[in-house]
Amino acid sequence: MVDLSMTYLGLKLKNPLVASASPLSEKVETAKELEAAGIAAIVMYSLFEEQIIHESLELDHFLFYGTEISAEFDSFYPQSGKYTLKADAYIEKLKKIKQSVNIPVIGSLNGVSSGGWIKYAKKIEDAGADALELNLYFLPTNPAQTANQIEENYITLVHDVRNSIKIPLAVKLSPFFSAIPNIARRLVEAGANGLVLFNRFYQPDLDLETMEVVPNLILSTSNELRLPLRWIAILYGQINADLALTTGIHTAEDVIKTIMAGASVAMIASELLAQGIGRVPVILTDLEKWMIQHEYDSIQQMKGSLSQNSVSEPAAFERANYMKVLNSFKSMP
Amino acid sequence: MERQKVTIDGNEATASIAHRTNEICAIYPITPSSNMGEFADDWSAVKRKNIWGTVPLVIEMQSEGGASGAVHGALQSGALTTTFTASQGLLLMIPNMFKIAGELTSTVFHVSARTVATHALSIFGDHSDVMAVRQTGWAMLPSGSVQEAHDMALIAQAATLEARVPFLHFFDGFRTSHEVAKIEQLNDDDLRAMIDDELVRAHRARALSPNHPVLRGSAQNPDVFFQARETINPFYTKVPGIVQKAMDKFAKLTGRAYHLFDYIGAPDAERVIIIMASGGETAEATTHYLVEKGEKVGVIRVRLYRPFDTTAFIKSLPKTVKSVAVLDRTKEPGASGDPLYLDVTSTLFENGVQGIKVIGGRYGLSSKEFTPAMVKAVFDELKKVNPKNHFVVGINEDVTHTSLDYDLNFSVEHPETVRCLFFGLGSDGTVGANKNSIKIIGEETNNNAQGYFYYDSKKAGTLTVSHLRFGPKPIQAPYLITPNTANFVACHQFNFLERFDFTKYAQPGAVFLVNSLFGPKEVWDKLPQEVQKDIIEKKLRFYTINAYDVAEKTGMGSRVNTIMQTCFFAISGILPRDEAIEQIKKAIKKTYGKRGDAVVMKNYAAVDQTLVNLHEVKVPDKVTSTFTRRAPVAAEAPDFVRNVLGPMIAFEGDSIPVSAMPVDGTFPTGTTKWEKRNIALEIPVWESDLCIQCGKCVFVCPHAVIRHKVYEKKFLEKNPETFKFMDSKFKEYPGMAYTVQVAPEDCTGCTLCVEACPAKDKTNPARKAINMALQPPLRETEAKNWEFFLSLPEIDRTAINLGTIKNSQLLEPLFEFSGACAGCGETPYIKLLSQLFGDRSVIANATGCSSIYGGNLPTTPYTFNKEGRGPAWSNSLFEDNAEFGLGFRLTLDKQLEYASDILPTFVNEIGQDLVDGLLKADQTTDLGIKQQRERVEALKQKLTRSKNPQAKNLAAVADSFVKKSVWIVGGDGWAYDIGYGGLDHVLSTGRNVNLLVLDTEVYSNTGGQASKSTPRGAVARFAASGKGLAKKDLGLMAIAYGYVYVARVAMGYSDQHTLKAFIEAEAYNGPSIIIAYSHCISHGYDMSKGLEQQKLAVQSGLWPLYRFDPRLAAEDKNPLQIDCKEPTVSVEQYMYNETRFRMLTQSDEARAETLLKLSSEDAKSRWSFYSQLAAMHYGKSAEQK
Repeated sequence: MVDLSMTYLGLKLKNPLVASASPLSEKVETAKELEAAGIAAIVMYSLFEEQIIHESLELDHFLFYGTEISAEFDSFYPQSGKYTLKADAYIEKLKKIKQSVNIPVIGSLNGVSSGGWIKYAKKIEDAGADALELNLYFLPTNPAQTANQIEENYITLVHDVRNSIKIPLAVKLSPFFSAIPNIARRLVEAGANGLVLFNRFYQPDLDLETMEVVPNLILSTSNELRLPLRWIAILYGQINADLALTTGIHTAEDVIKTIMAGASVAMIASELLAQGIGRVPVILTDLEKWMIQHEYDSIQQMKGSLSQNSVSEPAAFERANYMKVLNSFKSMP
Repeated sequence: MERQKVTIDGNEATASIAHRTNEICAIYPITPSSNMGEFADDWSAVKRKNIWGTVPLVIEMQSEGGASGAVHGALQSGALTTTFTASQGLLLMIPNMFKIAGELTSTVFHVSARTVATHALSIFGDHSDVMAVRQTGWAMLPSGSVQEAHDMALIAQAATLEARVPFLHFFDGFRTSHEVAKIEQLNDDDLRAMIDDELVRAHRARALSPNHPVLRGSAQNPDVFFQARETINPFYTKVPGIVQKAMDKFAKLTGRAYHLFDYIGAPDAERVIIIMASGGETAEATTHYLVEKGEKVGVIRVRLYRPFDTTAFIKSLPKTVKSVAVLDRTKEPGASGDPLYLDVTSTLFENGVQGIKVIGGRYGLSSKEFTPAMVKAVFDELKKVNPKNHFVVGINEDVTHTSLDYDLNFSVEHPETVRCLFFGLGSDGTVGANKNSIKIIGEETNNNAQGYFYYDSKKAGTLTVSHLRFGPKPIQAPYLITPNTANFVACHQFNFLERFDFTKYAQPGAVFLVNSLFGPKEVWDKLPQEVQKDIIEKKLRFYTINAYDVAEKTGMGSRVNTIMQTCFFAISGILPRDEAIEQIKKAIKKTYGKRGDAVVMKNYAAVDQTLVNLHEVKVPDKVTSTFTRRAPVAAEAPDFVRNVLGPMIAFEGDSIPVSAMPVDGTFPTGTTKWEKRNIALEIPVWESDLCIQCGKCVFVCPHAVIRHKVYEKKFLEKNPETFKFMDSKFKEYPGMAYTVQVAPEDCTGCTLCVEACPAKDKTNPARKAINMALQPPLRETEAKNWEFFLSLPEIDRTAINLGTIKNSQLLEPLFEFSGACAGCGETPYIKLLSQLFGDRSVIANATGCSSIYGGNLPTTPYTFNKEGRGPAWSNSLFEDNAEFGLGFRLTLDKQLEYASDILPTFVNEIGQDLVDGLLKADQTTDLGIKQQRERVEALKQKLTRSKNPQAKNLAAVADSFVKKSVWIVGGDGWAYDIGYGGLDHVLSTGRNVNLLVLDTEVYSNTGGQASKSTPRGAVARFAASGKGLAKKDLGLMAIAYGYVYVARVAMGYSDQHTLKAFIEAEAYNGPSIIIAYSHCISHGYDMSKGLEQQKLAVQSGLWPLYRFDPRLAAEDKNPLQIDCKEPTVSVEQYMYNETRFRMLTQSDEARAETLLKLSSEDAKSRWSFYSQLAAMHYGKSAEQK
């Protein structure tokens, strides 16, 4: 038997396959199925800063909308009902999932600025989460806003969240930074125990008939693994934090590459959403088979083995590799 | 257990007792009692228990008749059961009330007494409903204040159990039901002390049970019915004693003593008023005041009206009395007196009381104010040697001269009582904030407190008036704050100042607070001269704040409530400023806390930002304004509009004398156009360079404020400079000019037209052919353009191709500028009806939203064309609308038959051609109808010369030769529930009527109560836990007849389909029904997205579009045509755009999930079912198979 166990954010995991933040964790039953299928830890679906604030304002707006316009009624809805805001329902859901599974459960907060909403970090901790993943998801559209301002906001946010909780904190970031290693280091200095690479932004589409922007969600493919893989390989050993790779995990080979690049865990979602939770045992079995075939005793053995620090040609992760790829393209038949 | 002081309204005070002392509530919404049922439903939804530890079962029925039947059944099977109702609702309960009383059954019905509709409907309060049931054998116990409503509800419940006589506990609709007052709340121990469980068990023991079977409800013959009817006498004899015993027990428990007849006043009174309910409060307060002044007056407040205990009454009357005035709040035309008057006179007569002069008078119909000045006028009348009998007080009855004069300035209010008036806009939160303020004052200070809230009858741009009183002395003032008495007057909407007189309410030295866009230095010059004059002459302390700006900056949007509330506390000094701020914040947390921190925080921010923005204005010593208040209507308006409707618009309707009012409730149409309300902040602006002339903007406009015309270019010679036009793109109208025009002063700013506009700028798609722009800079020029546009000739409707939207929208709308909500989803359908058939339609309108925006005074949106033709409209009741409309058809058919029968007898005078023409006319087109009208005119002309004695009779019915279009219009509450039996029957008759169901899926007008149309998963009033069962398929039920034309439409999905359905339905010579998806503010989303949401409803499969045309069956075709594509979007995508569905996910996620799943299955199975129906073979080919 090969040893698949791994440590991530100080949490002992039975293998390196973690369910990333997705609708898979919206139901207790699905969480239990993930555990039964062999997933080592679950990152809860994300609770968004906008959701926390806007849901509250929206509820208020529409409960008020159309009221006080007639002597015959003061409002349209029952007044004594209790509303559980999605944010509070999230905490309840987290509690239930935590009580229902034995694997670690990682809460997920998604936001960009410090403020009242980060009290939910503490609520997530109090609900029993083993760790927290803070997803920095911001699309700058204001030309007056500098990269530095945005990065400073992130650092402040990570710092404030770190100070509000005791459980391990991972930060999930996007690939759109001028200096990823630098921001990675600063995030770790601000208190991140781990970094999750990378966020995928929804890419809206344009409807040519209606001349309108339409939301569009496309699930990831294995090809998307390359981007985070490179940066994991570059960051591994350079920063004092665990690394997790998300986006593009579909096969055992993807997992192996992830670990060899230097990640502690491979986070999976699109594959399970498209093909079902049944893919988990298949991937894990394939992983074991590969390790046996290639005579690995433990997963730990391969961690970082193909990181920039370890490979024979570190430049392969840099500019030189770009030229190589171009040349290989030219040489294609 | 300690009793709490709470600040609640009369409905809540009553429901609180009813819910805790019953097991079953069978309810149905009717204003102003709906809230009692809603409270009961809400409390049961959150599992609040009664005093026996069980959660009362609350069930909504299809009508009050149904509710009373269910109550009757529940009582007969042994449950403690109650209901809440008013007005027509109570009248529908009469048959069961006779039964319940005849069977000696213990129950209490709680009634917020409301006017019964006569010449007009009125939602307001008087005793015409309760007096209409006084013959049913129920004990009747009125209460006159919020505290009394709370107390009497319990006394009635205790007494009925002992007496076995059912009790009607009633109080004045709105005045008591909706007044918020500080009361001492009875706790469960009080209730247990009053309710004898032995009697409860006895009630249960009388229940029908197979274990001790009996028969109750036999049919009896002349031999014994009479005797059996008299067996109940001893029970009625005992009622007064039982009630007094319960009152005495209650007094011992609470210290509040009541008697069958409470006498208040001088022990040696010579003049006494006899009165019941809230008028008694006013009479009592006035009596105290006058007695203190040395007057020998008194008042008897009738507590137990039925059974009328003559002995107790005589006992209550001081021996010194010389004259008595009996005041009734109802009118019984033709009677020798109104009810209480007759009771008093017969009691005095029977008891041989002599030497007392008795007069009767009427007051307060439909919540007409009843003030101390009027009470004093009655006392003064009693002094006279020959006082008026059968007088009225409170109005100027200048026809038969029965009214008493009264002194407008007479007041009995305690000098320490503070009176505050707040004028707000119906969506700025003023009322809610004032309810909070009065709660703060009532519950956080030692003051007594009272709040009463008034609304005008428009649902867009509503004016709200909050009347708040508080002070150390008890407040016995169930009447509005009167002119020159308010200590504090606030205007929360600046532009109201140019329309209404608010400062007249201020007493000298009062505070006048205005929310204004203008700063403390500029605001003075923006006030009309009249306002400036009042401020100077009354030496008002004038404050201003730009609450709009504070609201905007603190995320409050258009809600200025918290800001203005903070100003009120800061200026009035009721509480120390810091304490006031703390209390406001506490109230904010309590009110909004469950909506999340963000809401609480923005309100806190608004409070904090208020004080720095509040300024006292230095008042100049002279009037400097250059303008005066606007006249309510234009000078060129017809006399009736100026003299009668004008004062109503200006809120001066109380001053209109009887002689000015129509005698039979008949009003002219076409009067909304005179009421320029200017309520839109932004209005649509037409961009002719982008316009494709599709007419969609015109089609969807709920208020008919955006119109288009094609016209000959010669009319452009005198067009105003800014009037826009372009070449017509209509293939039918080449070479002509085309204009889209907006009525700037009538628009509500809903933006539906912009949403509907398909034409976008290719380089800037955000710019459409219709875009919104600020109204004030456009108001004047566009008003002139509108006038010019109206002067352009209307299209010749006899030559128009009605099959397309753009052409149909050239027809003049004969329904315009209604008081419906901005973005209303119903009115575009009515407007379409009026365009297509309005000049020959008669409309029966069920009570509901459409009867309110259609028929609520002061002005009327139904209008007429230049020939003077337009829809004739009437509202009968809620429950009978289909039958009412059928009556129209019967008359038209009968008169046509009669006219057709006698017409041939005139052949020698009018000629065979005209006879044949009239009898055989093809009226399937507008041209045919026009020609028939010409024939009828010719006939009438010829008949004037006829010597035939039948000529005048034929002339009187000659118009019946012209085809009329009968429309029966109403909402889903009518069509699916209360009126369904009639609707079904009318469809079954095969008569040529057209039913239009404006389906908002709730009782919108009474506040969003669930109907059988409410979809599964929606939260509504009376469905607090989310409706669990699927929506009734009314269309399918109508299809089952086979000979009814049925269409289900949603203009947001296909306007063309809607148009086609209307034309086909009207053309079908038989019954037709159109079920129209009507988005509504009660659904909880932005109304500008109404069309989009309609589209999603269809695309999700929840609202499949179809037409069922029986004419197709005759052609061997399947009559059912599905007119939409197979569902393409998820039900979830549709549902969770709307608060009504989404809020269930927040209150009960698991249930929401289950109901969403079931709704998805509903959509699929409905689609499958309809698809199969539409695929069936019809006619001969099917028979062969």
